[in-house]
Formats: sequence, structure tokens, C-alpha cells
Amino acid sequence: MAKSVILSGEGSIIQMLKYINWGLVLLVTLLASVGFTALYSAAGGSFDPWAGKQMIRYSVFMIGTIIIAIVDIRFWYRIAYPFYFTCLVLLVIVDVMGVIGMGAQRWINLGFIQIQPSELTKIAVVMALARYFHSADAQDMKSLRFLLIGVSFLVAPFILVATQPDLGTSGVIVMAGLAMFFLAGAPIWIFIVGAVGAAAAAPMGYLLLHDYQKQRVLTFLDPERDPLGAGYHITQSKIALGSGGFEGKGFLKGTQSHLDFLPEKQTDFIFTLWVEEWGFFGGAFILMIIAAILGYGAWISMRCRHSFGRLLAFGLMINFSIYVFINVSMVMGLIPVVGVPLPLVSYGGTAMMSVMIGFGLMMSCNVYKDAKLPRM
Amino acid sequence: MTLEKDSDKAVGFSRRAFVIGSLQGAFLVLLGGRLAWLQTVEGNKYKTLAENNRINLKMMAPARGQIVDRFGVPFAVNNQNFRVLVIPEQTDDLKESLNKLSHLIKLPEGTIENVLKLAKKSPVYTPIEVTDDLNWQEVATVEVNIPDLPGMSIDAGEVRHYPFADAAAHIIGYVGTASKKDQEGDSDPLLTLPDFQVGKIALERTFDKELRGKAGSSQVEVNVVGREVRELKNAQSLEGDRIILSIDAELQRFAQQRLSSERSASAVVMDVHTGEIYALASYPAFDPNYFTGGISHERYEELSGDITFPLTNKAVAGQYPPGSTFKMITALAALEAGVITEGTVASCPGHYDFGNGRFHCWKAGGHGGLNVTGALAESCDVFFYKLSTELGIKRIADMARRLGLGSKFDMELKEERAGLVPDEAWKKKKYAEGWHPGETVIASIGQGYMLATPLQLAVMTARIANGAKAVKPWMVGFTGDTPIKHGAWDDLDINPKHMDIVRRGMTRVVNDQRGTGYGARIKEPGMEMAGKSGTAQVKRITKAERAAGVKNEDLAWQFRHHALFVGYAPLENPKYACSVVVEHGVGGSKAAAPIVRDLLLMAQQRDPAKKPLVAEPAQTEEKTKHG
Repeated sequence: MAKSVILSGEGSIIQMLKYINWGLVLLVTLLASVGFTALYSAAGGSFDPWAGKQMIRYSVFMIGTIIIAIVDIRFWYRIAYPFYFTCLVLLVIVDVMGVIGMGAQRWINLGFIQIQPSELTKIAVVMALARYFHSADAQDMKSLRFLLIGVSFLVAPFILVATQPDLGTSGVIVMAGLAMFFLAGAPIWIFIVGAVGAAAAAPMGYLLLHDYQKQRVLTFLDPERDPLGAGYHITQSKIALGSGGFEGKGFLKGTQSHLDFLPEKQTDFIFTLWVEEWGFFGGAFILMIIAAILGYGAWISMRCRHSFGRLLAFGLMINFSIYVFINVSMVMGLIPVVGVPLPLVSYGGTAMMSVMIGFGLMMSCNVYKDAKLPRM
Repeated sequence: MTLEKDSDKAVGFSRRAFVIGSLQGAFLVLLGGRLAWLQTVEGNKYKTLAENNRINLKMMAPARGQIVDRFGVPFAVNNQNFRVLVIPEQTDDLKESLNKLSHLIKLPEGTIENVLKLAKKSPVYTPIEVTDDLNWQEVATVEVNIPDLPGMSIDAGEVRHYPFADAAAHIIGYVGTASKKDQEGDSDPLLTLPDFQVGKIALERTFDKELRGKAGSSQVEVNVVGREVRELKNAQSLEGDRIILSIDAELQRFAQQRLSSERSASAVVMDVHTGEIYALASYPAFDPNYFTGGISHERYEELSGDITFPLTNKAVAGQYPPGSTFKMITALAALEAGVITEGTVASCPGHYDFGNGRFHCWKAGGHGGLNVTGALAESCDVFFYKLSTELGIKRIADMARRLGLGSKFDMELKEERAGLVPDEAWKKKKYAEGWHPGETVIASIGQGYMLATPLQLAVMTARIANGAKAVKPWMVGFTGDTPIKHGAWDDLDINPKHMDIVRRGMTRVVNDQRGTGYGARIKEPGMEMAGKSGTAQVKRITKAERAAGVKNEDLAWQFRHHALFVGYAPLENPKYACSVVVEHGVGGSKAAAPIVRDLLLMAQQRDPAKKPLVAEPAQTEEKTKHG
């Protein structure tokens, strides 16, 4: 009897699997495959040391994603706050470890896996805000007190991550959070005031930056300032992209990347490597997959019958898009160099884990789009 | 109510979601546009940049040609030299890097201090040599540990090596870094290479172009740190020509060693028919290997300040009054002019009065009556004094020039000097004075203004020995596979009978009991030599000294007479001519004759003339393999 509930009938696992957005899984796998190909090339035509590991990692995470997707969304709703606070505690632990003298660390080593709390925090913030705004009505959204409490969800993680120091990630957290406010219906004037305030605070903030961060900003403003120093990454990346041309240099033939002119070719600059070899068509291909994924996320969000799901799905989609925009803009020299990978494509488990959890939750919103969530 | 609210919220959400979605879409379009811009509009610019990025055009220095003796024994070769270089800029802490290196390989005492001192003086980006001449083990040790030694690298270069060290230094010379002067008027791009070495003296200099070879070029792909990844194009460099000398390395070594019994001496052994030089030695010499790596200031000062002039090739650049070795010329001039015949006898009372002066014979009591062969054998001065006044300087000078004195042979050593054969025209030009007849008298015995190099004396002897052929000296037979033409030699147009008389006189010098060189005769049958001794005054013998009977050997070294001896062997069909000058050796028969004897004996025993000089069939070897 119990067995049949799991395997068949309404609410069974088989049923749940039917609701999984296999189209989204396909798109995500396609994007990840671009990554495998690029990593294979980055290693000079070898699965070792990157592509092979990345494929295994992706397979494992995909199973996790499916599991997350079929777990009842009410469970995710319930643990939204606890998860958020756990992340804050982890961030404090990482910060304290750095102070105690183990050097600036951004991750906690659990032995079998390294957890980067700042990555988890991105999801936690979206979840917590989705839950917070889930029960808000129009009056709440006009109440300054209600909004300020919401803002406090952003302030704590922003400070903790920024002091790691990881300006890129803290920026992503804040941007995604602000988008949540916007989606939840916060008054427009708040954003105008916030923008003006931010513009006024920018010079102050600049003074607080570390030297290497200042360098990056200055170099971004004038990359030729120091072509062999800090501007080097951007210049080399642009050379690699530009020299790819329309058709690219061909698989395994990217000279810039293979001759190590390209820094971090397997992580932050993987897009460059891909485009050098596959040309404009390759680059446009990636952008189109991403557009499709974003569209899919928006579609899931729209179909959701409860506020939590709508906000969560869209917020996670925004999260993913911010990753992509920052990374691609950076390698094209549109913004300063910040250490943000191209999710699913760049080598590395942390970013992949965080976006895959995101996709899992997104799909959970679809599987349980009609679920009744409590209002408090 | 709640439902209404929910749908309101949903509508508001959709509106705002649409705003964000549009922004995202716009951003994606922007990124696509940027990508298209970079790849199409700016694509070509970046393509060129990418090419520059990775291709380095490198010039490759060719291996310098070898210099070998007539049997293929190498005089100058190239050795592999592994050095450790450090670029101070690329180290975190230069001193610490050096300390690390010193734990890995043994560094000579004071190396670290030296490098630190050098690093302070030179720009931070120039490589500094830490140590050189590493063996394989050391190279491997350093290579393995390179990741721990930032800024350090191993450089494999070639260094010129001279296996004969000082035994052939003056012939072969040495190489050194091309100077500004070397670069002027020479457009060879090789000279722009840092540390490119060119020949500085002797054959290394004369044949620098042939030895140098042709530069190769290589297009290499480099990665970001300039490390070569692979070679794209390669134009092989062309090794310099191999130069084959007429020298017999063993005879050369022997000559150099034999001269070391004296403080300063030089010798030439040559072929009387072909003009090939078999040995050309100047002692003391220097080790050219010290020069290739850049000689220290102290050592150079020591060498250049030495009064025995170790840096000078005295065999071609030392100019000495020929002294009595000149007497063959006076004798030949007189015989040719008909002033005397073989039978003409003159008596020697020990001195000769001419004009207001009295000219002494070396033998105080005089020689009594002598003919020309006897006068040569006993080196009677008075006999030749008497001839000179009848001959006049012009005919003596003329004969001297015909036998090779007074001008350069333009042989392969640019260090060669012309010597001096004085005559009236020369004196007028030089001193704006007339010629004194007394000067002819001393010129007849090779004193006064007369100067000759040991090489010229050897050639003079060869021309007498070969039956009046104007043989010229040379020592390079091949550059690469190209034979260099020497000869055929002009006839000097001297009566063979007169030559015969002079040769008989030279034979008596060594083989007649009364001859000045009897003590140095060769006893081996069939190898006997003929010769002539000479003693050249460095300082006039004053009346007081002559009266007091001061012996020349009691004077300070640099005031003693030069000792000279020239000879040829064997007596029948001569093959080898030899000249030796022992600076301040006091007496030619005593100091120089034994050396000539040893050299001529060795030359005949080794008999290098037996093997004609031909190019080694190095290239044909491969062909025969295929055949």
C-alpha cells in the first residue's frame, strides 16, 4: 500500500516526476555540455583535469536537483527562515576563521565537500524574502516598517560577504534582493531614493575598497593604463574574443587560451575560450540557451498559483541571470573584473551546486504550483 | 476577499516581472551586440594582436667553425656551456633565491656577494650570470627545482674552447663580445645579438666572416610568460666554415714548449718549397680560454705590462736587427754584383777602419784570411765590412728585399709587421738626411736601421734553401671545402751557383769544426742542417765597456744582445726552414742554434710535408654510406 503511494497515484513519485520540467533539465544540460566541451579544450583536448570531473559533478548534482524538485514545496516554505539563519551563522564562522588566522577563506571544508556559505546565502536570501513577501498585502508593502524589516534580510548577508571580502557575490545578493522587493510590489519611489543614495555613497564606498579592488575599477575605466598589469586580463580576453571572428578558430585551436595568455581560462574566462574557438555563433548559442532558461523560469513563475512560488522561481531566475550578466560583461570588458564564474559552464562545484539547487527549487515551484501554503 | 487580493497581487507581480524580464532580454541583446562588435568590427585588429601575442621571431646564432691543424687536430672548438641566469626583477627576494640555489649546487666562493653587487648596478630586468660551466647533474638539479627558484633559468650556450691553450694562442687568437667598433661597417644581423662573439686577434679575427656562419631564424610560439611552446618556422643556421691550417699541432706544441727554456723567444718552422708554416711560436704566450669569458682587468694588466710581451706574436710582429743572419744577403749581393767570387780571400785583423771610424769584428784578434764560405762559417764581420763599401747600400737593400725582408707578405695574420730595409731614399724621407757610408758598413752585418721579423728570416732562409724561388709563407689551406691557392712562386733570378756558394757557407757554419754553430749540429745522418747565427746589439757597446771587457751577459737582461739563428734541413734537397730569435739571449750560436736544431730535427722526424694538405672528406662520408 505504502509502496503504491510512492510509485503510483496522485502525489506519488512517478506522478511528481511527470511534473518535472524536462525541457528545463534539457536546457540546463545543454549549457553544462558547452562547459564540458570548453573544459575539454582548455585542457588541450583532455578530460583530465577538468572536463571529466565536471561531468561527474554535474550528474551527481542533477540527481540532487530532481530530488529537490519533488520535495513538497511546503517543506521549503517552512525551512526558508531556518535556512537563512543557518547561512548567516556559517558566514560568521567563515569570517571568524579568517580573522583567527587561517587566512581569508570563503569556504568550510566538511571533508567530503567544501561549502561556500556565500553561495548558499544567495539562495537563502531569495527564499527568505519570498517567504517574507508571501504573506504581505498591499498595506504591508506601503509600510516603511515592513519594508525596513525586509531590507534587514539583505543588510546582514551583504556585510558578512563583503567583508570576506567578496564584493562580487555580495553585489549579486543585493541585486537579487532588490529585484525581489520590486517584484513584491514595493513602491517605486523607494528605488529612486535608493539609487540616488547609492550614487552619493559610491565615492565613499570606493575609499573602503581594497587596493586590488580599486585597481580593478581604475583598470576597467582605462584598460590600456597598465596593459601588462591589472588591465592584462581584460585586454587578453578581448583579444581572444575578437580574434575568434564569426566562425571561430575551431575546436581545440584557440591560440590565446592554449598559450596561457588567457588567465583563469577554465573558470572565470571560460566564455572567452569558448568564443575564441566557436566564434560569434558559439557565443550567440550560449546567449540563446540562457535566454531560453530565463524564459522558462519566468514561465514557471507565472504559472504558479501562490505568491511564494512566484517570487521564489522568479528570484532564482534573476539570481542565475545576474551570474551570467556579470560574467559575460566582465569578459567582454563591459564591467571591471570580478571573480564571478559563468554558472554551469565554468569549472567548479560551488557555483554549479548553488544554481542547480536553484533550478531544483524552481522546478519544485512547478511541481507544486497548486499547493496551498499557509498565510501568517 | 483573499482570492481577490491574490489575483491583484498576481497582476501586479506580472507587470513587474515583465519589466524585469524585459530588462534581462535587453541585457542579453546588449551582450550579443557587444560580442558581434568585438568579433566583426574589431575582429581584425584583435586578430593581429593575437598573432603578435604568440609569435616571437628569434635569431639563432650559428655554431662557429672549427680551426684544425693539417691532420685535423682541433685548435678551436665549441663547448657546451650551461649557465644559471637570474633576472632580479622576477625574484621575490634575490638573496634568498641565491641562497636556495647554493643549497642545490655548489657555488664558487663569493658568488652570492658578486651577484648582489652586480644586481645593484644593473637594471632589474637584465639577466645576471650566477654561475657557469655546470655539469649535467647540476643542470638537472637546477631544472627540477626551477619552480622554487623564481627568476632563475638555465641558459645553454656555446663557448669557444682552445684545447691547446697557450701553445697556439698567437696563431689562433681568441673571440670576444662584439664591440661597437666591430659592429661598424658590418651589417650582419648576428652582431646585434647580445654577447655575440667575434674574432679579436690572429686567425679568429682574419677569418671571422668565414668562421661565423649564417644566422638562422626561428618563429616560435610563446605563451604568456614568454615560454616557448613550439616552433612554427625554422630557417636553420649555417655553421661557420671549418678552417684547416698547414700547422702541425704536435710540432707547434713542441716548439712552444722548447722556447720555454728562454725568457722570451719566438720561432718559425716552414716549408721551403710550398711556404706552408708548420709551426709558429712566440713565448711567453697566454691562455686564450681566459679571454673568451671576458678576462679580468688584473690579469689583462699583468699580461700587457709584462716586458716579455706575452700578448704580442713576436714571430710575426717582433722586429729585430737581423745581425749576422743578414750576411748571406750581403754575400749574395756581392757574388751577383761580381764584387767577389768564391775564391776571393780577404784578411781580417779584427777591425776595419773606414772614414773616421773603426769597425770591430766580434773576434778581437781577427780571423786572418778567409773566403766567403769561411767568412760565413766563422761569421767574420770585417770580410763583409769590406764588401759593403764596394757594393753600396742600394745593392744590399735590393738583395734583402728580394729575399723577403722589408715588407709584409700579407699572410693570414694581420699582426704581421714589415720590418725595415733602409736605403738612401728611406733615410731622406725619414730623417731628411743623407746616407752616411759608415751606415752601409754596419748594414752589411744586419745592424743599424735594419730590422726583420723571425718570419721574414725564415722566409729568407727558405728562399736560399729552395734555389731562389720567391716562396711566401701561409698557414690556411682550406676554408670549408674551398682550397686556398698559394704559389706557384716566382723565380728570384739569382745565379744558382751563387746560391750554392752561400749554402755551402751555411753548411760550414754548423758542420765545420770552426763554424759558429758547430756545437748545435744535427748528428742524425741524412738530417743534418745548415744555418747561420746572429747576434743583434740592443745597446751600443761603449768604448769604456770594450776597454773594460764587460761581458754582455753581465748586463741587465733588457740590455743584452738578441740571439738569432736561421737554418734549413736536410742539406740535400732541403725541406724545412727555421728561424729562432731569443730576445736578449746574448749569443745566436749559444742560445738560438740549439733550438733551431731541435725544431728542425723534430720537423724532419715528424715530416708533416709528407702528407699534403687536403680537405677532410667530412661531407663525402655520408655519400659513401648511401653508396
